[in-house]
Amino acid sequence: MPSLLFCGPKLAACGIVLSIWGVIMLSMLGIFFSAKSAVLIEDVPFTEEDIRDDKNPPQTIYGLYNQVGINCFIAASIYVGVGALSLCQVRLNKRQEYMVT
Amino acid sequence: MSSLFRSEEMCLVQLFFQTESAHNCISELGHLGLVQFKDLNPGVAAFQRRFVKEVKKCEEMERILRYLEKEMVKSNIVIAATKEKEMVPCARDVLEFESTFEKLEQELREINRNHAALRQNLIELMDIDSLLRMTEDFFEEAESLLTYSEPPSEDSVSMTVSSHITSRRNSNSSTSGALHLSFIAGVIKQDRFPAFEKVLWRLFHGNFVLRHAEMQATEELQALRGAVKKDVFIIFVQGDHVREKIRKVCEGFRASLYSCPKTLYERKQMSNSVMTQMQDLRMILRRTEEYRAGVLTRAAEHVQEWSSKVKKMKAIYYTLNLCNIDITQKLIVAEIWCPVSDLTLVQSALIKGSEQSGSSVTPVLNRIQTQQTPPTFNRTNTFTEGFQAIIDAYGVGTYQEINPAPYTIVTFPFLFAVMFGDCGHGLVMTLFAVWVTSQAESLRKWKNELTDVVIGGRYIILLMGMFSIYTGLIYNDCFSKSFNIFGSSWSVRPMFHPHGPWQNETLHEYHHLQLNPFVPGVYSGDPYVFGIDPVWNIASNKLSFLNSFKMKMSVILGVSHMLFGVALSLVNFVHFRKFQDIFLQFVPQLIFMLSLFGYLIFLILYKWCITLRSEMAPSILLLFINMMLFDYQSEHVLLYRGQKGVQIFLVLTAVLMVPVLLLVKPFLIYRTRMKTRHQVFGNNLNDQHGTDTRSSFSQHQKDEMVSMGDIFVYQAIHTIEFCLGCISNTASYLRLWALSLAHAGLSCRSTCTVFGNNLNDQHGTDTRSSFSQHQKDEMVSMGDIFVYQAIHTIEFCLGCISNTASYLRLWALSLAHAELSEVLWRMVLQVGLKISSGMGSLMLVVLFAAFAVLTVTVLLIMEGLSAFLHALRLHWVEFQNKFYEGSGYKFTPLSFDSLLKTQH
Repeated sequence: MPSLLFCGPKLAACGIVLSIWGVIMLSMLGIFFSAKSAVLIEDVPFTEEDIRDDKNPPQTIYGLYNQVGINCFIAASIYVGVGALSLCQVRLNKRQEYMVT
Repeated sequence: MSSLFRSEEMCLVQLFFQTESAHNCISELGHLGLVQFKDLNPGVAAFQRRFVKEVKKCEEMERILRYLEKEMVKSNIVIAATKEKEMVPCARDVLEFESTFEKLEQELREINRNHAALRQNLIELMDIDSLLRMTEDFFEEAESLLTYSEPPSEDSVSMTVSSHITSRRNSNSSTSGALHLSFIAGVIKQDRFPAFEKVLWRLFHGNFVLRHAEMQATEELQALRGAVKKDVFIIFVQGDHVREKIRKVCEGFRASLYSCPKTLYERKQMSNSVMTQMQDLRMILRRTEEYRAGVLTRAAEHVQEWSSKVKKMKAIYYTLNLCNIDITQKLIVAEIWCPVSDLTLVQSALIKGSEQSGSSVTPVLNRIQTQQTPPTFNRTNTFTEGFQAIIDAYGVGTYQEINPAPYTIVTFPFLFAVMFGDCGHGLVMTLFAVWVTSQAESLRKWKNELTDVVIGGRYIILLMGMFSIYTGLIYNDCFSKSFNIFGSSWSVRPMFHPHGPWQNETLHEYHHLQLNPFVPGVYSGDPYVFGIDPVWNIASNKLSFLNSFKMKMSVILGVSHMLFGVALSLVNFVHFRKFQDIFLQFVPQLIFMLSLFGYLIFLILYKWCITLRSEMAPSILLLFINMMLFDYQSEHVLLYRGQKGVQIFLVLTAVLMVPVLLLVKPFLIYRTRMKTRHQVFGNNLNDQHGTDTRSSFSQHQKDEMVSMGDIFVYQAIHTIEFCLGCISNTASYLRLWALSLAHAGLSCRSTCTVFGNNLNDQHGTDTRSSFSQHQKDEMVSMGDIFVYQAIHTIEFCLGCISNTASYLRLWALSLAHAELSEVLWRMVLQVGLKISSGMGSLMLVVLFAAFAVLTVTVLLIMEGLSAFLHALRLHWVEFQNKFYEGSGYKFTPLSFDSLLKTQH
């Protein structure tokens, strides 16, 4: 079986750090979007029609908030995968170090 | 008492010890690491010192040790780590080590030489072996050509054949056998072969047969020789005379030629003998390598210990070079600087050393008084040494001057954090610093200069990160978004009908609407509990509020920092007992700063506390400028009753302080000098009569004339500087001009002293010339004092204004950081957040990675370095020039620990 190792030790370590940061920050963003925080209003993709044509305000905007929140959670879970992959790479690198010496 | 408050009190101590115990005593002192040896032979050149031969021997030994270590690394032999404390090296160890090392080195070099020669032999034999194998095919082919005149059969061997030759061969086929052809066989590098062939072709016009084949590269061959490809070739020619030419060509192409026997039987014999020879050689090579490994392994157990011993010996001999050896050769005298509180430790170390060497006489410590300035020693631990290092980078403190380091531990990270203020970035920085601190020892092994700097400053970075989290919470800024933890004090709903003026149509008409705090319910009346209200994050006039806040905060912080610096100068004056300076320098400086800039802070705080209608609120900057220009027109709004009177009084006080700073101190010095001179003058007048008195008197007059010119010069400087006002740029220009004027004044004075000197030499008596010498000294110092005072005053007054303005960089940098952070969020992360479909999450993943990388590189590293530099500049220039002299030299003790640490 060919080696599953495709990145060196430093890149794998960076990957782990980035994934941890990504998981924490994106999940927190997801929570804040689901809590409909006012500070994040500019990150929600609403248009003029959404506000004007809203039959039951502010449900459209709330719906958009929820969508963005779910996107954030999905991205956080993808980062969990990236983190697991980086962890594998780190372990493989360590094993290769042992075998050479 | 050891603390960071002030540098330690040092004493100069004379040591006397016997020559036999010298090594042990100095070694004990080196282990202690608390004394600095003074050079008692400063005039002696390096190669004339007493122990220079021993130092050279130590260096030679170090070279041998380095060679040994390199060999060990090449052969992958592990160097054992040292045990804890080695025995003290003594003088006869030097000789013993010397002989051991030389023997080791010679042995190793011989082994290496033999090894190389054996390898070369083996390579040659392998060449011959493959040559013999390959030429079998050629010979067979040649015979087949001669006898059967058929085209050669296809082989795995590549051939170069010319049809011309084949035809010729065929013509001669009947009578000539293989015996008429002579041949030359050899090995040549593959990339040289085409050129070789061309040259042969041109020389012999195809009158030869050339066969070549690539040599199979076996594993062994590759290990021995490397990846160089070589070809075996054989040339069949007629005639011996041609052979010589070909031989020369082969030499030119560096092909190695081997003699090949003609008959098959001989070739087989040769092949067998080559085989046996190769086997023997391989065995010998293996044995040699084993022997070499054995020698190196035995040496590897001790090499660390040896190298640290050699280093210590070299340090000891270097130190002995600094001492004095008296005539009887029995006693060594050394002078050391050592902290007063450690004298007992030094004494006990010396006693231990002399006991170890077995000498009967204990060394004598003799503390001597001296006028020389001792070195500056600040006792630091791992936490404080980083901060002490950044103070020392600007200038090592004068002996016993107050040390700014303990305050820097707080103010430096705080000023950094004011410029950096972001919770999220601060958190990342803190986590990074915690990681570096925990991994400090293993990171030191990387031996990179950059990592060494980061490791040295790990506590500084940790504090900077923690303070940044704090200021981030105050600015309410985390990756450019605010937290609403306590509930905002502003509410938008009351602005609408029926409480307030807004209707549904208002929203459609206007793009920007302003919340009116006077409408009940909009502003709850209590400000946000901790920090900036989160509502400002979504307000479009956020910057006009934040800029005003940050500018005023920077000025307040700056003036407080500078006042603190001035207060520290008071402590210095009290310690050095310059009580006159307290009244002539500290008090006027304090009054000047308080009356102008203290009043500015008062205005800022007062305006923040009272309630004003924003249309009618006066700008503080305008108020301040009008105060300096005495501009009080009736339509200007004032903040409180009686403001005009207070301001006029304060400005006049400040202005009054300037001549006090400028003139009083030089005047007092002048008066004391005049008094002493009158006494001396009176004595001289009694001793001599006649023309001598007149010359001295004219000297005196000239002296006064020069001082008056001085006074006019700096008077002019002072007046013009005051009139042009308080704007910092103009003030900086003036400082340059004033200093150049002062320099001109100083050079003018020095020419006058030369003139005065000439006048004295024309009259001849010793007493008179000594008197005028005394006068000349006074004359120079008097002018010096005036100029120094002028420079100092101008620098302080102009400096106050420019330094206060300089603190505005706190505002500028924090604004830059906040804006960069916001731009990064909006341009990178928001693009991913705004995509509401499913693809949004994938885009978010990629864009978050970009956001993280850019945050770390631009915001953390670049902005962090920038804020670090500016905070450092604020400390070094604006804070420290209020009290710090920094003209000392650092205490560098003889310490084996730091010696061994730096080398490794």
